[in-house]
Amino acid sequence: MGPPPVARGEAPFPERGTPIAGISVIIRSLPDLLRATILNIELLLALITVGLVVGTVVALLEVYGGRGLRYLAMGYEWVFRSIPALVLLILFYFGLSEFGINLSPFLAATLALGFRSSSYQSQIFRGAIQALPHGQMQAARSVGLSRTQAIRHVILPQAFRLAIPAWSNEFSSVVKDTTLAYAVGLNEVLRHARFIMVRHYNLAMLAYITVALIFFVLTYTGNRWLGWLEKRLRIPGLEARGGGTL
Amino acid sequence: MELVFEWNWLPQLANGLVITIEITVICIAIGIVLGLLLAMARVYGSRWLSLPAAIYIQFFRGTPLLVQLFLVYFGLPTWGISLPPILSGILALGLNTAAYQAEYFRGAIQAVRGGQLMAARSVGMSLPQAIRYVILPQALRIVIPSWSNELILMLKYTSIVYMVTVLDLMGTGYRIAARNFRYFEVFIVVALFYLALVFIVTQLLRLLERKVHIPGLGAGARMEHH
Amino acid sequence: MSLLVVEDIHKKYGKEEVLKGVSFSLEKGETKVVIGPSGTGKSTLLRCINRLTPPDKGRVLLDGEDVTHPKSNINKLRAQMGFVFQDFNLFAHLTALGNVRLGPMKVKGMKKDAATKLAMEELARVGLADKADAYPAQLSGGQQQRVSIARALAMSPKLILFDEPTSALDPELIGEVLTVMIELAKEGMTMLVVSHEMGFARSVADEIIFMEHGVIVEQGPPDQLFNAPKHARTGEFLHKITELYGETA
Repeated sequence: MGPPPVARGEAPFPERGTPIAGISVIIRSLPDLLRATILNIELLLALITVGLVVGTVVALLEVYGGRGLRYLAMGYEWVFRSIPALVLLILFYFGLSEFGINLSPFLAATLALGFRSSSYQSQIFRGAIQALPHGQMQAARSVGLSRTQAIRHVILPQAFRLAIPAWSNEFSSVVKDTTLAYAVGLNEVLRHARFIMVRHYNLAMLAYITVALIFFVLTYTGNRWLGWLEKRLRIPGLEARGGGTL
Repeated sequence: MELVFEWNWLPQLANGLVITIEITVICIAIGIVLGLLLAMARVYGSRWLSLPAAIYIQFFRGTPLLVQLFLVYFGLPTWGISLPPILSGILALGLNTAAYQAEYFRGAIQAVRGGQLMAARSVGMSLPQAIRYVILPQALRIVIPSWSNELILMLKYTSIVYMVTVLDLMGTGYRIAARNFRYFEVFIVVALFYLALVFIVTQLLRLLERKVHIPGLGAGARMEHH
Repeated sequence: MSLLVVEDIHKKYGKEEVLKGVSFSLEKGETKVVIGPSGTGKSTLLRCINRLTPPDKGRVLLDGEDVTHPKSNINKLRAQMGFVFQDFNLFAHLTALGNVRLGPMKVKGMKKDAATKLAMEELARVGLADKADAYPAQLSGGQQQRVSIARALAMSPKLILFDEPTSALDPELIGEVLTVMIELAKEGMTMLVVSHEMGFARSVADEIIFMEHGVIVEQGPPDQLFNAPKHARTGEFLHKITELYGETA
């Protein structure tokens, strides 16, 4: 399966009286659209988790790893940041099926977009870790903590807090990227808008503006929540020092 | 499992690559012009200018690019405006990148210290002159890192135009793969093309930055993406 | 057997040799103060002793165990040596209490309740029990440094290394830190202190070590160095320093 690139037929003339009838169609379709949006949200959470876990590991490898691991991490970052999301999606969904690995659209999208996000997140975390004063690691080691313990109990708790603003940017970006899963046939909200549009060709504008508004709300809510999280986790005196590229 | 590769893919993909580059250049150009105008409307404009600009920016940064593309491609015809696929793509991408660039320019303009403008006016320059000869030369250097980031991003995001039948690098790859079902092999090559493209452009941008660098005029601009 | 033996330490940074063969020892209960012009490697020396900076040549023995050996259990050894930094380096994301009990909990495996009790005792010892729930940014410099001493004490170390503990403090705050340090010395803690505080050195040190250009020029009891130094340079330096910093005790 998978959508062929969309071809467009002749645009019909807009019917009279359509605007009001059109809006009522949209309103009736709202429950379906919102249900489909849940799929976007699920994809968002799944892929951002992948990105978070892998991103942290890659960042740690880059900061604390030996030369080999460091180059590996940097190479990983470079690859996943240079390849377009759509190419990754196609590779994971269609490409892997050549080897007999048939991923569902959801899983393919989670992995493709997740690994991509991880390369951006690893940059963010690396910046945060490097923005911390050297003294923190030294003090942790002087007390006798091993490097792993120091990373776990002293470095990461601070680095994650420092990273929240930049991470919110990535979050906003990723929310919107979930629509790309359309390309591998995921039944997310953009696909549903297309269903509406196919039946009511002249409602294309309204349908897509509705989707746009849905995303507005999603992004806004997400960012509000992240702002609340940042306040809740805030520690007096812990701000970005040294002006690193966060 | 045998992997297949055919040399005749390369010239086809190369053609697609040219289209990709063309699309990128044009939409970035639209983005620069429109973005600068929007940024100046936000920084120097009255309420009547700065508010619509802000709404525009909020909309195009806050909604997915794909939705914007479909709005242009499917939506505009219902208003009687029917554009060929490639122009729809360029328009949507251009409008989108303009919003992001507007924010980067705004940040850079505001990073130029207020004293600069005061000094320019004290010498007798009008506001447009001050902007042109004092503010912009500095702001444009400050904006380079975030702008470079945007350029690279755009290079990759142009790939969405394949969804409206444009035969850019991505679209060409899709067409080849749809015929021979060698999605993996074809798209690995496509990925390599993009890798090479991004690498070359990144190096060129570094050269640019070094060439226009002025000691003491740095940038700490934040990176953002779609 | 001496508690701490420092043998022929050499350290180079790039082309510059910062430590050119430093040797001395420290007995249990002794307090020694290292003085000398800035940049003579005094801080580097301390960091070599707990191997935050590995020396290029030479050995450090803590109770007979080789700290500098690559195969040594460095975390275990560091847990036996306290280190107080010039910049305090308190863990910014933890309260004073959190800072002091992290080591006992994670390195020594103490349970939270026991560690908290211990931490509160050490905070009380440095006079900051009432600030247990404050974050480092909410404390003055002197308070932060005292918490950092409590953090070192909580590990029950065999000795404590002090790297210019008062140099980053405002003059009015120096006193409270020195008071704590003098108390520790009186209680019999083994201490190696790099400092400019001559009053402290004079009243508390068993021996003063004068370093310059990466070597020990002279070492001996305070009286000897102040009144009858063997080297002219020692006398010069002490004179200048006492002029500059006065005698705070």
